[in-house]
Amino acid sequence: MGGQRLDMSSRDLMSIRRKACIAGAYEHPTRKAPDKTVAQLHAECARGALEDAGLRLEDVDGYFCAGDAPGLGANSMADYLGLRPRHVDTTDTGGSAYLIHVSHAAQAIAMRKCDVALITLAGRPRSEGSSGVAPRIVGAGTPDVPWEAPYAPVTVNMYALAAARHMYEYGTTSEQLAWIKVAAASHAQHNPNAMLREQVTVDDALASPMISDPLRRLDCCVVSDGGGALLVVRPEIARSLRRPIVNVLGAGEAIKGQLNGQVDLTFSGAAWSGPRAFGEAGVKPSDIQYASIYDSFTITVLMQIEDLGFCEKGKGGRFVADGNLISGVGKLPFNTDGGGLCNNHPANRGGITKVIEAVRQLRGEAHPKVQVPNCNLALAQGAGGLLGSRHGSATLIMERA
Amino acid sequence: MTTMYQDRPLGSAVHDAATEPFFAATASGSLRVKICVSCRKPHWYPRPLCPYCLGDTEWSDVTGRGEIYSVSVTRRAGPTPYAIAYVRLDEGVTMLSNIVDCDLDSLRIGQRVHVVFKPAEDGTMIPMFAPDPG
Repeated sequence: MGGQRLDMSSRDLMSIRRKACIAGAYEHPTRKAPDKTVAQLHAECARGALEDAGLRLEDVDGYFCAGDAPGLGANSMADYLGLRPRHVDTTDTGGSAYLIHVSHAAQAIAMRKCDVALITLAGRPRSEGSSGVAPRIVGAGTPDVPWEAPYAPVTVNMYALAAARHMYEYGTTSEQLAWIKVAAASHAQHNPNAMLREQVTVDDALASPMISDPLRRLDCCVVSDGGGALLVVRPEIARSLRRPIVNVLGAGEAIKGQLNGQVDLTFSGAAWSGPRAFGEAGVKPSDIQYASIYDSFTITVLMQIEDLGFCEKGKGGRFVADGNLISGVGKLPFNTDGGGLCNNHPANRGGITKVIEAVRQLRGEAHPKVQVPNCNLALAQGAGGLLGSRHGSATLIMERA
Repeated sequence: MTTMYQDRPLGSAVHDAATEPFFAATASGSLRVKICVSCRKPHWYPRPLCPYCLGDTEWSDVTGRGEIYSVSVTRRAGPTPYAIAYVRLDEGVTMLSNIVDCDLDSLRIGQRVHVVFKPAEDGTMIPMFAPDPG
């Protein structure tokens, strides 16, 4: 399509760069909610985001939700919440969906399809006994299931296969993976709502039980109840509110599967979604001051860091070691809320919390012990589904105006 | 460490229009993949329409030989440990499977394997792989 030949004004016309702002962000404080319905958690998150932004329910004219929302698509939840949206999007790419929702909301705002887009996520996997070593519940007719279910793929082993291949190809070690957990835990100790707040060492991680080689228990994220909500709004509306302005700068999305049987586990969908987002934002990886990186497992972080270009392919193990992801210590502060590994992975979908912590950082509202000084440019990266078979990837770049 | 392979219940296979000819072949000890009648490329998992060009596809028997592309011994999903793996067939496609009939702790990426068949609860023969001798 000759993208390089477009002049600056055309490029801006055809992008979401600075066309929308994240004006509200709310993470539900609960990590266990046996006495609340999933719908109620969605509503509490919506209320929290509206209060954060200083907007009212009747201001919302766009609604975004994914597979965690109970009922039929957006129909059930829009009705439950009392919404009358003129723009609806139920894109579902697993845990990465909510980053895509931000991008799609910005597109819709740029096209004047809505002015105030509400995104909600909530779930109770902890109360409902969900586990990463149980078969995933999938809909009838899922075409890959007859060919794979007899082999007992579960969540953790479909990440372990990627980790094993990465170790084989590049010499990545369990110690290096453990550093990712250590960094997350060092941040989580400052988050009063985090599910796991105790500090851990590399040795602690290596001593935890092997779940599916080479992934141990401390390579795995938490299973938590909870949720979150975001409000993406037209810039004029954001400027009328009494909150710091967070601009959406660029976004990319991708689906990576088994490549028709040419399976390649050495990279994630971030290798495709990342360059799209950086291209639209007009920035490069070395410009990023804070990164929320989807951390369903430690290997998810390592591979996405490589694929986003924060280091060379195959050198992620060395990059994450020795505290390089710890805020105030390392070169790439990541997941300063404690991430999915320690803080929260509501509905088994960590995408919205990735955006929420990036917004906190850009507003200067992260915990003082983990706040990145003068944080003006942040990235959020999501990988939803299974790293070792098929997953949706989403990259979102945001700036403090 | 030694973790000897043990049989584990495989549940019932899914029999539908997409799988029926495949399981008819495994019942007689054959593994087959789909090849496009237009572009001639093989793919996995088998589809009636080619994922490269949406052409029609036909079944093609393969040797059942290949090597381990990646493997993980899952130790805490139920009472029986098992080895899940991607096996790259000599014909050039890679399939999810299990590695069986061996010490699971001895398995290595790059190891040569060959197909064996294990019965599901309904008697359907499920292709899995065992290490080549030596």
